[in-house]
Amino acid sequence: MLTTAHLVILLPLILVGSTAVIAMLGIAWQRHHAVTALISAAGLVAALLALPLTIPAESSSPPLMQVDGLAVMAGTLVLVSALVTVILSHHYLTGYIGPREEFYLLILCATAGGLALVASDHLAMLFISLELLSMPLYGMLAYSFRAERSLEAGIKYLLLSAAATAFLLFGMALIYARTGALDLAGIAGALVDAPDAWMLAGAALMVVGLGFKLSVVPFHLWTPDVYQGGPAPATIFLATVSKLAVFVVLLRLVMAAPVFNSQWLQGLVTVLALLTMLAGNLLALFQANLKRLLGYSSIAHFGYLLVAIVAGNALAMETTGVYLVTYLVTTLAAFGVVTLVSSPFGGEDADGLPLYRGLFWRRPYLAAVMTISFLSLAGIPLTAGFIGKFYVIALGVADARWWLVGGVIAGSAIGLYYYLRVMVTLYLPEPGMRRRDVPNDWGSRLGGMTLIALAVIILVLGIYPTPMIGWVQHLAGN
Amino acid sequence: MILLWLILIPFLGGILCWQADRWGEQAPRWIALATMLFVLVIALWLWVTGDFAFPTGAQNQWLLEWRADWIPRFGIQVHLAIDGLSLILIALTGFLGALAVLCSWHEIAHRIGFFHLNLLWILGGVVGVFLALDLFLFFLFWEMMLVPMYFLIALWGHSGSPGQTRIRAATRFFIYTQASGLLMLVAILALVFIHFGNTGQWSFSYEVLRQTDVPEPMAYWLMLGFFVAFAVKLPVVPFHGWLPGAHAQAPTAGSVDLAGILLKTAAYGMLRFALPLFPEQSAAFAPVAMTLGLVSIIYGAVLACGQQDIKRLIAYTSISHMGFVLIAIYSGSELAIQGAIVLMVAHAFSSAALFILSGQLYERIHTRDMRFMGGLWGRIPVLPGFTLCFVAASLGMPATANFVGEFMILFGTFPSAPVVVVIASVGLVLAAIYSLILMQRVHFGPAFQEHQLAGPDVREYVMMLTLLALVILVGLYPQPLLDTTASLSQAVAGLFAEGGVAEMAREVH
Repeated sequence: MLTTAHLVILLPLILVGSTAVIAMLGIAWQRHHAVTALISAAGLVAALLALPLTIPAESSSPPLMQVDGLAVMAGTLVLVSALVTVILSHHYLTGYIGPREEFYLLILCATAGGLALVASDHLAMLFISLELLSMPLYGMLAYSFRAERSLEAGIKYLLLSAAATAFLLFGMALIYARTGALDLAGIAGALVDAPDAWMLAGAALMVVGLGFKLSVVPFHLWTPDVYQGGPAPATIFLATVSKLAVFVVLLRLVMAAPVFNSQWLQGLVTVLALLTMLAGNLLALFQANLKRLLGYSSIAHFGYLLVAIVAGNALAMETTGVYLVTYLVTTLAAFGVVTLVSSPFGGEDADGLPLYRGLFWRRPYLAAVMTISFLSLAGIPLTAGFIGKFYVIALGVADARWWLVGGVIAGSAIGLYYYLRVMVTLYLPEPGMRRRDVPNDWGSRLGGMTLIALAVIILVLGIYPTPMIGWVQHLAGN
Repeated sequence: MILLWLILIPFLGGILCWQADRWGEQAPRWIALATMLFVLVIALWLWVTGDFAFPTGAQNQWLLEWRADWIPRFGIQVHLAIDGLSLILIALTGFLGALAVLCSWHEIAHRIGFFHLNLLWILGGVVGVFLALDLFLFFLFWEMMLVPMYFLIALWGHSGSPGQTRIRAATRFFIYTQASGLLMLVAILALVFIHFGNTGQWSFSYEVLRQTDVPEPMAYWLMLGFFVAFAVKLPVVPFHGWLPGAHAQAPTAGSVDLAGILLKTAAYGMLRFALPLFPEQSAAFAPVAMTLGLVSIIYGAVLACGQQDIKRLIAYTSISHMGFVLIAIYSGSELAIQGAIVLMVAHAFSSAALFILSGQLYERIHTRDMRFMGGLWGRIPVLPGFTLCFVAASLGMPATANFVGEFMILFGTFPSAPVVVVIASVGLVLAAIYSLILMQRVHFGPAFQEHQLAGPDVREYVMMLTLLALVILVGLYPQPLLDTTASLSQAVAGLFAEGGVAEMAREVH
């Protein structure tokens, strides 16, 4: 039964959902780009403000859900990323010919899915919210459907996602067949002794299904094409909200159900993690397309983060929190620059590396934002990325996973090559002609200010991470 | 607090230089020069007023100390401290930093502000490395100085022979040092977790972790983690792959900093961290380290003889000289360690001078290829004479600082490892050969072209004369240097004696 306390806990979700309804009605009544964007942003901010209300009533979670510290933490990150996406979308879509307002509708629906996913405590809830997160993404990726690549990205993601969903469902079915339960507590309780082959197969299939969304190697093949083809704001959403929500739910499964923490599955995830770190970085080495490069880089980053899944202890929870925060601000900043340079929409995104040559001498602050975000992606000290990498290596060392530690180090060394390549491009003398550029007043617009704020946050988190660590520890402890 | 300012001044000065670009070309240069001289003056003032007598009993070994909480979650503090060795190296940083600014006065003609930002940030990072006592902080500075160095090489460097672009050299430099640095991070973290397992307390503090009881096979691996990071930076053959390219492609200021200071951070790291944290393991590892040192000496010297690029030649001689330092550090002899410190200072002066001279040659004849030089003695006034002086210093001529250092190293190492000393002496002969090859090919022989070239201006005179005076001063009267670092050398040498004793005790049992 739903009680008033439940409604309070569900308030963020309700707010996002009703914002979607309001936006839809607004569009039906009169189309207005700026107002729709404003309503969406206001709804997300309201949900963000409502989120702290949910913490104290944690003991009485609504049915099918587990609103604990992890869910609140991930929910905050989901909402912040969605907010940044909305702000950047407004710049991006200004130049789009055709209906612009529906994009926000899709963002809001997917955000609701992400919010529900990170709190799901039941396989049915997990499945429904995962689909709620994915369905709007197909639309977002194919939004500029007149561009062939965008359509291709949407359809590719749709088809491969459906295949992954089939894996996921089959895994759930196998687990249900063995335990007769769909809620995590039931699954965890049903089998205390050594899991048998069916259980393991079910768990492995579920990991594969979720690993697909996380683009874990060898299920990563869709990533570069989809990242490249999708409109930049859709790619941002895919790289941040979708990945982080799926990762959190994977972590929740591992922490809750012992079958996901068995020796055999740990071995499997270790191998996948190693493959992901190395392949992600190696494939990025010679990319000349910035969006593809960032796609491969995000593959590698989730490879590092899989160390937390393998370890699966209390420190893993904290590591996940810290790493996701640092990954998020970094990715938002890096993709944000690409989006801003591509704004307003003009057929194709500005994602070729040559376009960025000499950016520092034209737009020093924008190039500085990009440099900081790439340094952070590479994990250089004094940026947020270093704190994340520090946590991952610390977790690997604490858990004595030497192979994974070696993988992280090798991956970072390889990764430096392409991060540096991009960075130095920004500072090379610029070629005579240039095709795309940001407007002169980019810094005084909302999107530009958001990017600068993100860069400052990256530096602040790198220099003084104590408050962030405190926040994550507080929530991870709940 | 003064220690914190030593680090902050270069960083703030760097930002000021970047912004000063809009006030004209000269502004960033003067600001950068003033910043580095400021650091130098503070360091010298500390040196003059400091008391470097041996610490007695419970007395603190640090001259000054400053600490503040930073990341309490892991017990990480901002913990800075200075003793004789760090003081000398910081003074050296200030001095060479000022030289680096001076020698790029005409060489760097575009993006001057951004250039000086990078230059000063490298130096700020280096000062941080010399001051940090918290291992996390140390690692942070260790990695942080790479980024500006990367930009310095990649953006203002020279393109060498085909296939040897400056970006490639810079990337290689970065990847070598960063990857080895991460190995050190793993070793640091393992040490911290072992300490946490033993005591239940988080700490990255040098003094606390020194007391950690690390189980045996693990301790050896951790020692190796530290050693590899420092060996890459020193550099020790076979980890030297980045050095010749980075030197040859870097602008003069970059080479001066790289050879003069950055290589010294590695020797400093060994003396400050690798040996005191793992004395027994280091003692056991000493034969390997000394062998690597010998290989570096011979390999660096032989390859130096075959170079065409004058800066590559000097780069290879650095490898050779650092081989001596490595042998001395692992000899466990107080005399040899003091010699290593003197040689570090001497090498900073002589190699910086040679790099500046080759930069000045480049400004005049626009090549660094020795095949297109020759006969310059008659064509350029004064500069060839300076070159001869510093080449003599580099080969260890008596009355120069290099002689004092090498002599003390060989003399101090002899009782414990006579064979090593005998082989290392071959390096001295090879040093004479490559030095003479350098002189012969650049300044003597048939002239490649005829017309007369400009002699040094006041700026170049000042740089050269100061360096020459310092080389000879330290060569004739090294005592102040030795007094300042005596307590540290004795402590490190003492560690080895204890380690050796513990080793023996174990074998007896």
